[in-house]
Amino acid sequence: MHGINEELHRFDRYTVWAGFRTLVPISMFVVIFGAAFGLAATQAGLDDSIILAMSGLVFAGAAQFAALELWGSHVPLATLVVTVFAINARHLLMGATLYQWLQHLPRAKRYGVMLVASDANWALSMQAFGNRQPGMGLLLGGGIALWAAWVAGTWIGILFGGAIQDPRMLGLDMVMGCFLLAMVVGGEKNLRVLMIWTVAAGASLLAYRYLPENSHVVAGAVAGGIAGTVCPEKTREH
Amino acid sequence: MNIETAGFGALVIVAIMALVTLATRWGGVYVMAFVPIGYRVKQFIGAMSGSVLVALLAPMALEGDTAARLALLTTAVTMLVLKKPLPAIAAGVLAAAAFRQFGL
Repeated sequence: MHGINEELHRFDRYTVWAGFRTLVPISMFVVIFGAAFGLAATQAGLDDSIILAMSGLVFAGAAQFAALELWGSHVPLATLVVTVFAINARHLLMGATLYQWLQHLPRAKRYGVMLVASDANWALSMQAFGNRQPGMGLLLGGGIALWAAWVAGTWIGILFGGAIQDPRMLGLDMVMGCFLLAMVVGGEKNLRVLMIWTVAAGASLLAYRYLPENSHVVAGAVAGGIAGTVCPEKTREH
Repeated sequence: MNIETAGFGALVIVAIMALVTLATRWGGVYVMAFVPIGYRVKQFIGAMSGSVLVALLAPMALEGDTAARLALLTTAVTMLVLKKPLPAIAAGVLAAAAFRQFGL
């Protein structure tokens, strides 16, 4: 590592607090998403305490919404594990990209800050490191702000969820589907991505029709992943 | 293997989800300490994270009622135009509600 970069991984309570404040505006939106999750989870029939525990311990929106899709009187364990892993696999890339700064931290801190790693605070901390500014405060402080907003939002959603008589007539059964779709459409869009989506959708529908129940998620994820490997990005690394 | 969602089972499911998610948050950092994650693996992971969402949505769009399809279509179009998830989700939910309230 270059001498000048060696100090960038450092953080103290001031930089963590600054990171927390930086992420507060974005966290306001996370509260609303959390409320949408709390609402959807109530409709899916989960107990209030289970919903709160999920948001507090898992802290991964898309994976939590997807889990609701699998929720019934029983949940298929293997499908759940693969689904949650596949959706959250992008965390692996976050850890990998942050490694060159994380490696200077003692082990407890290194894995401690990663507890709250998610899309927004990762992006901002990478941006800071890229500009040769310290980014760990953004990752940790920002992550704490996002986590608190997610849990608070979930709780608000649970309160509302109990009060609504016929959620289906209000279109609220579609919150989960629309959330996941917005995540898909909001991502990168080009011919390669379109090809990957087509393969994933095709594999999912085939598995949905011909293979055992719930295997369509795994089939689509693996097929799309393979399609992405077969047809790699040509221009740049990220 | 299936886990019952009644009683203690739900907590087990949440614990499993939390552990799997934690493995993804720690895994990248852990693996990098031994071998750098290669280009092909990055391509696979990147493609897979989007594909899993598409795989969840595809049957929903195919098997859903007209209101559900209308909601998904509205969300997709709004997202393409405004590029903001919150209005896109709200528009989709409103479309489903409107269709069911005044629906055909």
